[in-house]
Amino acid sequence: MCRRALGLAWVIPALVVLGVFVYLPLVQNFGFSTLTWDIYSGEQEYVGLENYRRLFDDPVFWSSFANNLWYAVISVVFQVFGALLLAALVESVRRERWQRALRAVYFIPSAISLTVAGLLFYFVYEPNIGLLNHVLDAVGLREFAQPWLGQESTAMFAVIAMSQWQGFGYCTLLFAVAIQRIPSELYEAAALDGVGAVRRFFQVTLPLVREMTGLMTMVTVSGAFQVFNEVMVMTSGGPNNSTQVLGTWLYRSGFVRNDFGSAAAIGTVLFVITLTIAMAQLWVTRRKRVEW
Amino acid sequence: MVTRLGFLGVIARLFLWAFLLGLAVVVLYPLLWMVLNGFKTNAELFDNPFALPDSWSLENYRKAWNRGVSDYLMASVLVTVTSTIATVFISAWAAYGLTRVNIPLNKVLTAVILGGLMLTPTVALVPLVQMFQGLGLYNSFWALLILYTAFRVPFTTFLIRAYMIDLPREVDEAAQIDGAGRWTAFWRIILPMCKPIITSTVLLHVLFAWNEYLFAMVFTNGSDVQTLPVGLTSLMSKHGTDFPVVFAGMAIAAVPVVLLFFFGQRYIVKGLADGIGK
Repeated sequence: MCRRALGLAWVIPALVVLGVFVYLPLVQNFGFSTLTWDIYSGEQEYVGLENYRRLFDDPVFWSSFANNLWYAVISVVFQVFGALLLAALVESVRRERWQRALRAVYFIPSAISLTVAGLLFYFVYEPNIGLLNHVLDAVGLREFAQPWLGQESTAMFAVIAMSQWQGFGYCTLLFAVAIQRIPSELYEAAALDGVGAVRRFFQVTLPLVREMTGLMTMVTVSGAFQVFNEVMVMTSGGPNNSTQVLGTWLYRSGFVRNDFGSAAAIGTVLFVITLTIAMAQLWVTRRKRVEW
Repeated sequence: MVTRLGFLGVIARLFLWAFLLGLAVVVLYPLLWMVLNGFKTNAELFDNPFALPDSWSLENYRKAWNRGVSDYLMASVLVTVTSTIATVFISAWAAYGLTRVNIPLNKVLTAVILGGLMLTPTVALVPLVQMFQGLGLYNSFWALLILYTAFRVPFTTFLIRAYMIDLPREVDEAAQIDGAGRWTAFWRIILPMCKPIITSTVLLHVLFAWNEYLFAMVFTNGSDVQTLPVGLTSLMSKHGTDFPVVFAGMAIAAVPVVLLFFFGQRYIVKGLADGIGK
């Protein structure tokens, strides 16, 4: 028994860093969300669920939540279904060298940081030097040129569009791996039966990457609720809070408005959302193992 | 494969290529624009954003370098290298303990370590800030080293564990017959056998640490500890009217990871695929 316990030494470093810096703050966060708390004066007061009540009365909280939902829906369309279709299209290119080259090019934006991508698109959307307005001008669509990030009606969607540009190659790459794992006999059999490319996609590819599609959907939705970097870099949540998401609103509440109780409450909301998605993901992975 | 194409097939191929190459242009052109703008003057940039630079002077790149980018780069290299070493070793030890050593409470400990995968950094932000202020580590290199390690150990352990679990049992038995202790067996036999997955996890961690923004932004503010992602936003707010210098700084930050991806592509793809689908 003593020898067995000695084996614990292998996992103790991991348990300690996780326990102290991941699990402990998570538990503390629940406590903090029941306090009003001024970090500079150090005053704390227990207020029960008051922070949550204030949060749910806050219109910016709900518009942030709605922005996260938009993020999730649009990302699922482009980065799950769009990427799946794109991966299948790339796979239909005959030369493998070209397939690899295309996938690598599409992935480049995912390798550079969201900060660089966000700043780059800040300039792409910029009204004076920005590529987008100049391209619209060049193709005769000048009337559509506008200050994309400077007005409430377009700012959020401009940020989300940047995120699609940045992320679709990553998903395409993962779907390509899933498609390549499909036994080639299935495609050969379908080709012998005279099944066309479009039907092959629906009858062979789609059913066999179903699990991957499910996982990617959940990873994408979970990611959509953790958005922070690109919004901070491109708009800081403005104009007029129209691009706030839960992550940036948490930051602003806690570190700009000095309202740590609200920030902790938003943290709890994010925790519930992401944990639910992670549980669903775990469930899908488990089921997959049983099926195979 | 049937290779004869009808008229419709040729048209379809044409559309396919037009689409795939068009998408490649949409991806590459903004990046090329960024690099080229680093060679221009502000006047050139405002005059015609599509034009090539008048001269290929590295002036803006030099300016960006001297206005803080060299410091940000050093901070990024330091945090990336140290947190990669810490994360990979702590994770490899944990994976070894969980898969090859008979330890008590194995299932529970596995769940605790891998359960960290489900937790997102934003949730713990408020308590973490207070904790690091209390520890006197706020606005220090240590804050980033610790946080990057702690939050990436679950993912890294997950990948290495999945690989180690498939190594044959005989390996440990052979090591024991040779009289090698656990410690020797790990370093001499198991770790070398895991080289492919270790390479994947190293590359994925480097990509993560180089690009991380949330912690870097909240936990650092002095220019000597700021990493590139945050440093670039400082460069932007300080020299925001000198656009070409900002473009040059962005290009300097992007080039290392793009090169890393091209050289390590095989391992990065494998790590990502195993990470999501295993």
